Formats: sequence, C-alpha cells, structure tokens
Amino acid sequence: MRSFSLDRAVSPADAMTRATHGNSSYIAGGTNLLDLMKLDVMRPERLVSINGLTEEHRQISIGPDELRLGALVRMSEAADHPAVRRDYPVLAESLWMAASPQLRNMASLGGNLLQRTRCAYFRDRTYARCNKRNPGAGCEARAGANRRLAVLGVSDHCIANYPGDFAIALVALGAEVETRQSNGGSRRIPLSDLHRLPGDTPHVETVLDQAELITSIHVPAGPWTRRSRYVKVRDRASYDFALASAAVALELTGNGKVATARIGLGGLATKPWRAKEAEDVVAGRRIDDSLAREAAEAALAAAVTHGDNAFKVELGKRTLTRALIETAAMEIQP
Amino acid sequence: MTGHDFHVIGKPHQRIDGCAKVTGAAHYPSDEYVPNPAWAFLVTSAIAKGRIKAMELDEALALPGVLDVLTHQNVGSEASPPEQQAGGATTTTMQDDRIWHDGQIIGVVIAETYEIARDAAFRVRVHYEKEEPSATFDCAGVEEEVREPGEHEDYEVGDALSAFTRADAALDLWYETPTQHHNPIELFTTTCAWSDGQLTIWEPSQFVYGLRGNVAKQLGISPDQVRVVSKFVGGAFGSKGSATARTAWIAIASRRVRRPVKLVPTRDQGYTIATYRAETRHHIRLAAQADGRLAALIHEGFEVTSRPSNYNVSGTETTARMYACPNILTRVSIVHADRNTPGFMRAPPDTPYMFALECAMDELALHLGLDPIELRRRNDTQKDPVTGRSFSSRSLMTCFDEGRQRFGWDARDPRPASMTDGDWLVGLGCAGAAYPANIAASAARVTLRPDGQARIQIAAHDIGTGAYTVAAVVAAEKLGLRPGDVHVEIGDTVFPPASLAAGSSHTATISHAIAKACDTICHQIAVAATTSNTGPLAGRDPKRLRLEDGHLVGEDGAGEPLSDAVSRLTTGALEAYAENIPGALPEDAMKTLYQGKPPMYRGQKRKDVTSYAFGAQFVEVRVHRLTCEIRVPRMLGAFAAGTIINPLTAHSQYMGGMIWGLGAALEEKTEIDVRNARYVNDNLSEYHIPVNADVRKVEVLMLPERDDEVNPLGIKGLGEIGIVGVNAAIANAVHHATGRRLRKLPIRIEDLL
Repeated sequence: MRSFSLDRAVSPADAMTRATHGNSSYIAGGTNLLDLMKLDVMRPERLVSINGLTEEHRQISIGPDELRLGALVRMSEAADHPAVRRDYPVLAESLWMAASPQLRNMASLGGNLLQRTRCAYFRDRTYARCNKRNPGAGCEARAGANRRLAVLGVSDHCIANYPGDFAIALVALGAEVETRQSNGGSRRIPLSDLHRLPGDTPHVETVLDQAELITSIHVPAGPWTRRSRYVKVRDRASYDFALASAAVALELTGNGKVATARIGLGGLATKPWRAKEAEDVVAGRRIDDSLAREAAEAALAAAVTHGDNAFKVELGKRTLTRALIETAAMEIQP
Repeated sequence: MTGHDFHVIGKPHQRIDGCAKVTGAAHYPSDEYVPNPAWAFLVTSAIAKGRIKAMELDEALALPGVLDVLTHQNVGSEASPPEQQAGGATTTTMQDDRIWHDGQIIGVVIAETYEIARDAAFRVRVHYEKEEPSATFDCAGVEEEVREPGEHEDYEVGDALSAFTRADAALDLWYETPTQHHNPIELFTTTCAWSDGQLTIWEPSQFVYGLRGNVAKQLGISPDQVRVVSKFVGGAFGSKGSATARTAWIAIASRRVRRPVKLVPTRDQGYTIATYRAETRHHIRLAAQADGRLAALIHEGFEVTSRPSNYNVSGTETTARMYACPNILTRVSIVHADRNTPGFMRAPPDTPYMFALECAMDELALHLGLDPIELRRRNDTQKDPVTGRSFSSRSLMTCFDEGRQRFGWDARDPRPASMTDGDWLVGLGCAGAAYPANIAASAARVTLRPDGQARIQIAAHDIGTGAYTVAAVVAAEKLGLRPGDVHVEIGDTVFPPASLAAGSSHTATISHAIAKACDTICHQIAVAATTSNTGPLAGRDPKRLRLEDGHLVGEDGAGEPLSDAVSRLTTGALEAYAENIPGALPEDAMKTLYQGKPPMYRGQKRKDVTSYAFGAQFVEVRVHRLTCEIRVPRMLGAFAAGTIINPLTAHSQYMGGMIWGLGAALEEKTEIDVRNARYVNDNLSEYHIPVNADVRKVEVLMLPERDDEVNPLGIKGLGEIGIVGVNAAIANAVHHATGRRLRKLPIRIEDLL
C-alpha cells in the first residue's frame, strides 16, 4: 500500500470536484478497494470518502413503479428490508448470499456494483502479464489456473469474471443506475450497459466517466418481481463467490405459461449477464425440466472455455435449469 | 469425606486461559510490548527457479522512514539455513542468489512503521535469471527417488506380490491428495530484540527449545544466549513445529538497526515462508479371500518435496498395521520439485495414506458384497501385522459398533445411488481411523505454597489445544487441589523443556513430567508428616498417604490440612523439578531435549507393544441432483484414546479434526500454476475451509479405554486422530450417494457433473 490522502466529501458536487484530480478514487465501504490497495494493485493517490453524503443516498423507497435504492445503502440494509424481501426476493437473496455479515454491513450497494474481478493474476502484482493492470502486457490467465474465470463475454485479452451477485439480479430485472457527472448533469444507465465487455481494453471496466458518481439504483416494478429467485452454486455453503449463479424472475399466466421471463447469469461472464436467448426460449411456454434445459442450452451456447473452467458451461446450464424450475414452482403470497 | 470423588482427571474443565483469550488479555507473541520497535516487511521471489541478477533498492531506500534493506549481498554470510525436524536439508533463502521456489525470502525491508516497510518492499525491483521450474507430479524436470529407510521404514511381510495374483478378489487402485496449507489465523510473526548479547525471540512456536537451539546454531552463538517466548499460539497445526528462515534474519535485522524488530508477514507469504502438506499419490493393491479376509496389501506412496529435502510422511507405517494381513509390502517414493519444503500438517502421515486405504477397503467391501463394517470386523486383529507384537490396546471394532448404532448405519440401503430426499441424493459412508500413541521426554518444575496455591513451569505449548488446562488438571489431581488453584506458566525457554507439541504427544509428554514433579512434592510432605513427632499422621508409612481436597490424608481418611503439611517443611514454597524420559528412549534424551531436538517415543516403533489410538468415522452426504453441490448434514466420530485428561477440550479437538476432514475432502486445495510453479489461491477467500454453514451436526463419542501399557497414566493422545479417516468416509459416502467413485481429493462439483 502506498501513501494516499483522504478527503471527506459533503455533497455529490463536492465529491466530484475533489475526484477530478487524476489518480483519485471514491471510497464508501472500502471492502474491495482497500484490499486491492494493500496488494498494491490499485494505487490511488487520493481517496474521496462519500460516506458523509446526505440521507437520500442511504434511503430505500418502494413505489408503485419502481424500487429506489440509494447508492450508500449497505448490502445488509437492503437484504433485510421487509419490502425488498417480499416484493423483490431475487435482490434480497443475491445480497445475503454474498460475502459475509461483516462485509455486508460495510459494503455499499454502489460500490458492490463496481467490485473488481477475483482473477488471481489480476490480484497479484508480481505477474506482469495482466491486460487489466498493464494494458497490452498479455493475459496469464488464459493458459493458467482459471477454474473460476469466465466462459461468456471473454476476449483474447481477458477472461476475468465479474464476481458479484447483486448486479446479476439487477440486470435480470432491467434496473438502471442514476449518476451525477462532473459537468453537473445526471444520467440513467441501464445495468446491462454499465459494465463493458473486455474486448481489447479490459482495463476499462465501465462506461462511467472520470469522477462520475453513482447516486442511486432504480428497479422497475412489474408482475414478475415477486416470483423471483437467486440460485448460487459455489464450493462451500456460504462466504464464497459463485461458480455459477442464476437470477430468474417470472410472470406466469393463469395456466402456468410464462408471460414474462427475466434472466441473469453470474459467475460465468466477464460482466453482469442478461440471458435474453433463454428468456426467448421460455416465453409463452410452461416450464418443465426439458424446457428449462433448453433455455439453459441457449444461454450458454456462446460459451468459450480455457481448460480448468470447461466445467462451468455444463454447471451454468444446470444452475439455470434449477433456477427456472424452482422459480416456476414458487408459491407466491397474494 | 469418604464417598466423594475428588478426581479431576477425566472431568470436564473449562479452559483456565479462556477468559484471558476472549478478553484480549492473552498476549500472543506479536502482541508483546517491546520498546521502540522497527518494522520488517519481507521481499519474496516472484519466480520459482533461477538466480537473482540484481536488486534495485534505491527507490525503497529513498522512502522516508526506511532504515535498512537486508539482501543476500549484505547479510548472506551471517546465518545458515535452519534445520528441519525431519527430512534433512532444506532450501536456502538469503544465503546466496539462488531461488529454489516461489515466494522465497530474498529481502527484508526495515522501517519506522509497518506501512512504510510495506510500501518500500513494493518498490524493490528484482532482476532474475529465470530457469524453467518443475511444479509437481508429471512435470518435466522433477526427480523421483525411492525413499531410503531411516526416519521411516518400509515393510515386507510374506510374499504380497504373488499373493495378490492368487487371491479370490484383487483391486488395483490409485488415489491422490492435493497440496494443502495450514492457514493458522495467527500469521507467522517474529519479534526479536537484543540486550547485552542476549537475543529474545517472541514467535509462535510448537517447540520453543527447538527454535532456540536452531537460531543459536544459525547465528553461531550459544543456545544460552537465546530466549524464545511463545505463551499463546493462534493455531499451528504443524506449521510452527520446525524453525523457518525468517527468524534468524529478523534477529540479524535487529542487530543491524540496534532496535527491536517486528515482523508480521502477510497471509500469502505464509504459503511460501513456512511449510505445507505436499500432494501425494497412492498405488494400492488389495486382495482378499472370498470371505473377506485380506490376502495381500501393497501400498506404494509418492510424495512431493523440495529439491534438497527428503521430507516425507510415509503413512504406510500405519496402513500396514490397520488390518490382519499375511502378506504386506510397502514402499514410498519422493518427488523433488521446485517448491518450498513441506512439513507437518495435522496427522501428517495418516490423513493422506488412510484416505487411500480406507477408500480401498470400501471398494473391496462393495466388490465382495460385504457391509464395509463387516469387512473390517473380519480383518480386525489384536496383533500388529507387521511385527507380530500385541497392540497395547485396540478398540477399533468397539468404535465401529458404537458408532454404527448411534449413527443409524443399519438404515442404509447398501446399493449405491439408492437413497434420495427430494432433489438431493443421500449417501452414508464410514472409515476407520488410527494414530500412533507417542510420548516425548520432558521436564517440569512445580511449586506448592502452604495456602494451597500451586505453580507449574514448563516450556510446553498451548497451540489452542488446551494444554494450559491439561497441565492444571494433572497438577490438581496429584496435589489434591482444584485446577483453578494451579497457576500455569508455559511457552518460554526460561522454564524446563517440553518437547515438540506435535504428533498427539504433548498431553502425554507434559502430564508425566508434571505428575512426577507433583509426586516428588507429595512425597516430601508425606515423609515430613510421618517422621514428625506430632500430628495425626506421625509414624505412618509415607507411601500410603495422598493429597486430596486440600488435605494430606491416609487411607482411613485421617489427615491434616495442606497448610499444616507444607508449613512443616517451609513457610515459603516447596519446589520440585522432575524429568521424565519415557520408555526406551536413550538416557541422554534430556540433554538432547535441552539442545533443541525432540526425543520422541513412537507408538509404532516400540519394542514391547504397538500403541495406537483408534476410531471410526461416519458421514452422511447430500448431492444435489442437478448442480451437484455436496453438503454434509451430519458426521459422527467414535474414538478410543486411553485416558482423557479433560473431556471438554478433547471433545473440541476431535470435533475440530472432523471438521477439518470435511474441508480437506470437499474444499481444501492449494492451486498451483504449473507453468510457473506458483501457488495461486494463497488467501482465505479462495483457499476454502469450511464455514459455519458447511458444518451441521457433528457428534463425538469418546469411548472409555484403559491402557496400562502405553504409559503410566494411560494417555494415548488425540490431537491428530479426529481428522484421520474423514476424507475416506466422505468419499465413500459420495460414492454411496451417486455411484461415482472419486479417488482424488478434493471432491468438487465438477467431478460429479
């Protein structure tokens, strides 16, 4: 870890003024950033703490049209919120299945979305070959120990997976983030557009501009959010990143057919992954084992593997199959 | 007073150090206050094989607050490499420019603060002359050799090769276990300070006298010039048994900057500056008659070690003794790779080797159509199959039978993949466990005051096992006190030496030395009371008196308060020093111990009897029909390990071992980048050990067992055996649930898809 200065912002405008300085970074919970600083992977010279921003940034409000989550809401607050648990179970599940209680009590929702990959070669500064850390240096992971890395959205330059859970549920539900930009304006970015595919610039991970600040998350309401579920498959029962996960929300008609399906995949891809192909497969049909499998085949059709992670294709299919079956079978309280 | 039971041995006692630990009053070595410390941060190699061409230190040295940077160029000649407890030579560190393995110590930055030292260490630029490393089995460039007899032996009984070909049933199987790291929560810290040519080392250790002798030798000074303090150890599991290279370098750093120096290495550095459990392979050929009686056992082991070390665990010494078999052949080969030197890790030989044997027994049972427990019954024996000597006691089948009943084994449908519960496949598995009963030489000093307060001083080690409390309980039993009346001081070379806290030996080791010192005191008091002209015990036979409930009493209950009995000799305190050299250890064992070598009397190497603790493990697993997660809703272990000093901490030890076995079977594996011969998941986020959600019902049965031959107090030791057999029980249960026989650990989701 290198020396750095710590500023405390009192407003979004103040935060952005302070963060326009070249090598600076926002800090909220710090559960990912401080780790990477200790590893000498991230070396910001200035941290701008946004924990002092006004109350609206830590509020949860549920309205008829949308769920609004302030960017500074802690993971545990959202996971435990009764209305989130009742009306958006996939969100609550994705949060409480992530990390540990201590981390969930610290980590902010905005920061959670921007957490960085767990690729071991990215996190170890002694490997020169990492296109995320040293653009153009190459990728050690493609022929290395890559059991946990991505099979969807990969490029010749990077196969690092996006490790989060919450963003998977959000991308399934068609959420947007609201941001403040350094020019004083604000904009809404669909979750599906927030993260970039690695392509040949894996070091550029999001579409956010320098100093752009996520202020809130907006999840549209819909008849599918209550019948929603997050299935997370991992090596141990808790405190582990997903080998594969699936966020599924379904609206079923009176005869059990799918009116609307929203599907996200986690652990498998370089960014939060919306599985539109799978949504199309189940649309208008009744979900059973074979249809679920058919949808899963469609979702993983474009997978590319690199040795150790080959199993994740089949595991991803089974995870989505299970999530579809279990979501369709949910009993929804009226 | 008659009718009361004043015994404290065998009753549950809470840890006497528990309150200090949970309130933060317990000082672990890195917590010790030293005045004006400087801080060290290690620079480690980023390649696994080659030489250091150059180290650029300018940027690091220019950082304000940096005091010194040690490299092979400025301190290389000042320390020799440490000696290991086993395996002979080990890799060098800063002695020269050679790189033996990934993460080798190649520099030490010393600075005013930890943060500055860390920052500076990242600014050291190293230029290497890189060579192609060989990481593990099957890699080009590894050197395989048959392990010569020495520390470990091979066995040849009968003619196993030809018996194997003639038997009714014969299985030829290979098993494999992965690299594992101990990951004690307390890191591998070292603090050193010099004063008038005397070096004090605060470092978590399983053998403070061993560390003292080792560092003295490395630095070329007398052991009398070195003191090692390790009052509390935050987990060790074998990793703090041998001296490592770091200690001498921190001592040298402290001498150079003329201040105490503190080192707290990082988690990932712990993977390469200390030891680990190396990966193993097993070739087992097991043959039986149609009735299940074994005809031949051939167990060949293969173990990875570093280039210079011959470290190996040779668990064939146990697997050859598990079951009656007229034809036995064992052999162990070691494979030298460009890796750090491995070392002890919980049940070092038995965890990997018994995984292989106990899976093979399960496979044989299925092959013969026998219940796995019945197969073991038909091959049970009270005679060591290798030597023909009797076991001092062996309750293996009692463990299986009691465990079977309690676990509900008979509800198991023996057909694989036959039991389900909703979306989950259900499997039940079992396996045997064994660990030799070891004991080492030790000395102890005991002090008793007239007010009934006692003090024990012994350079023993409480690595989380409850040794403090064991020491208090044994002294309380012998002196007729309550454990709370006994003040225990351990973990310091100013006290009489106790041997290495390892190999399930420490309770037996320290209990006998403490008991001897207490007996000496008791005898002194008794002689004084009986030779006195006055008092209720005057004229009696001192050998028939004992200390009980704060009194010196005779067999008829007559007696006097302890205060009277002690005051007769002194108004101060009575003190006794005693040494215990167990069994057939050489007479100079105590001298060897003072020098820092652990004289160990091993249960499988005795000439009178063979002594082992035994157990049986039972596990239920569930495997999801689609996503194949493996969960363990319940485990049960039944053990018989002779005298149990404190069933409360013994229970914790067993349970911890069983939980570790769960982790080792399903989660633990140090991933290696084989191209670079480097550890990949060197952190607690990606190196998986069980979390609470993985551990459901864990039941421990401690079966009573009396063994008058193992040692005078009948203690077999139990620190290691809890983990033994769990790996196999889980693999066997996974087979029962799914019909899939997985012979390579850990068993993970991808193995079942």
